[in-house]
Amino acid sequence: MLGLALRRVLLSVPTLVGIALLVFLLSRLLPGDAVTGLVGPDSSASPERLAELRRLLGLDQPLGVQLWRFFAALLHGELGTSLRTGRKVATDLGLRGPVTLELAGVSVAVAVALAVPLAVAAAARPGSWLDRALGALSSLFMALPHFFVALLLGLLFALRLGWLPPAGWVPLHESPGQHLRHLCLPVTTLALLMLAPLWRVGRATIATELSRDYIRTARAKGLRESAVRYRHALRNAALPLVTAIGLQLGNLLGGAVIVEQVFGIPGVGRLAIEGINLRDYPVVQGATLAIGVAVILVNLGVDALYALLDPRLRGA
Amino acid sequence: MSPARIAGRAVGRGWRGAVALWQRLPHRGRVGALLLLGVVLAALLARVGSPYDPLQLDGSALLQGPSLRHPLGTDPYGRDTLTRILCGAQHSLGTAGLAVLWALLAGGGAGLLAGYYGGRLDQLLCRLADVLLALPALLLCLAILTFLDGDPVSEGPSFGRRYDVALAIGVIYMGPLLRVSRAAVLTVRHETYVEASRALGATDLHILWRTVLPNAAAPIFVEVTLRLASALLAEASLSFLGLGTQPPEPSWGEMIADGRRYLLLSPWGSLAPGALLALVVLGCNLLGDGLRAALTGQTARAVEAPAPPGRD
Repeated sequence: MLGLALRRVLLSVPTLVGIALLVFLLSRLLPGDAVTGLVGPDSSASPERLAELRRLLGLDQPLGVQLWRFFAALLHGELGTSLRTGRKVATDLGLRGPVTLELAGVSVAVAVALAVPLAVAAAARPGSWLDRALGALSSLFMALPHFFVALLLGLLFALRLGWLPPAGWVPLHESPGQHLRHLCLPVTTLALLMLAPLWRVGRATIATELSRDYIRTARAKGLRESAVRYRHALRNAALPLVTAIGLQLGNLLGGAVIVEQVFGIPGVGRLAIEGINLRDYPVVQGATLAIGVAVILVNLGVDALYALLDPRLRGA
Repeated sequence: MSPARIAGRAVGRGWRGAVALWQRLPHRGRVGALLLLGVVLAALLARVGSPYDPLQLDGSALLQGPSLRHPLGTDPYGRDTLTRILCGAQHSLGTAGLAVLWALLAGGGAGLLAGYYGGRLDQLLCRLADVLLALPALLLCLAILTFLDGDPVSEGPSFGRRYDVALAIGVIYMGPLLRVSRAAVLTVRHETYVEASRALGATDLHILWRTVLPNAAAPIFVEVTLRLASALLAEASLSFLGLGTQPPEPSWGEMIADGRRYLLLSPWGSLAPGALLALVVLGCNLLGDGLRAALTGQTARAVEAPAPPGRD
């Protein structure tokens, strides 16, 4: 078990290095460096001044040296300093990370909590009106972009009905009630769009499981229908569901970037967009890296869940 | 022989092939195809058939609601929303199509090689795909775009905004296409007809192009259709953030973002392009699902990667 875990962790190292390398290369190989970003397009800075700035930032060194320094700094948890605010990128990420984490975590929880019972209900009666209605809804939601759903929800619940605040963020420790109210619309947006693919996978696998022999046995011995569905069928359908959650994560975090922007939430996605708009390269690098690492960590967690859910995989 | 190949072979080329494909396409696939076709036709007709110019301002008709003269109303500059949506369709579909084409050529091509040759090359390319898949698509897209036109001082390799956007989106979908085409090649690589072709002295290129590819094409084709839907959503998201198509050229994402300020006054400006976008994406998804059923014999849209990450 421990050996397996260790191997999984080791297997993700090349991907981690690859992401760091990609982020590094993106910023160095494509035209425009931190300096031209810093001084702006029509600055009157002399070429000497630009060269001086490049020297200060270490950009005049050969690519190999820069790469070495970049990785050495990374290993020390050093992500550089924002060109605009002068703050450490790591500090900013530490402040913004929990916000995105909460947003994403609550959304996943809501999506799973809704997807599972809906999938079980639909799979229990394939072709019923409920099954068809949910199928149509899931097709619809899979065709909607995050920003449009956010817009519709905002229009309805904030602007027309005035039930919820249209945008903004209140930290939990300031006012738990306000915090929840501000969380409603963004979480609904993310959860709805994650719910659709999860429901599809769940419905398909649970329907397959429900048609198997062991289910007939369970029913024949007089087991309650809810126990048949939730204890027997759902447990055997859990692996594809967990896989789907892991696969949807990238989509969810990409959606979080948009949702944070639409609802004015100070998370990592917003940080990245701010960095992009201001051409603040270290910030963009740091945010991209942080989100990439988060995705890998969650996928490791998903792997661990496999072993937990399916004893057969423990020896693999 | 798996059903995929039997099915793939039965569909011939040219018009007769298209008719045969249409006949086996399930209902939802046909609906999707018709939806797409309708929007493409309308978009093509809009430039010729519409009495309005998508860019011409009209001070006498600002922010109007739907009427006979303007079926979907006008925007805050007096431009006809319907005309702009349909012209935006050309843009959105064109950019998304270009992105998927790029992903198909680069990612799909790499996948063919990885699956066919295996070994070191395969491992390297798969790691590369892992990296591309580990990062959230939209974020990677944003990063690529930022750095692509990063230098305002000296001219970079920027190919014009539209091509930059297509390239950025295309890079992202290289990962999935690589995976799919590699898997498709792996299923046919050791078939007898491939060996027969090799025994006849065919070159690798000939085997790949004439023997492997035709038999491995069905899942790749399905993937392309489904990725077109994702690319449309990505393009709209980028335009919504102000990083895709630049105004005044109409694009759906940008129109939705623009209309946001007048949501209460005139919701049409945002809702109409959003609805059309959803319709087109829905069409792509339905067509993709239908093609999957018709070509590969799988019905439900299964989990994309059944093996746990890191196990292959």
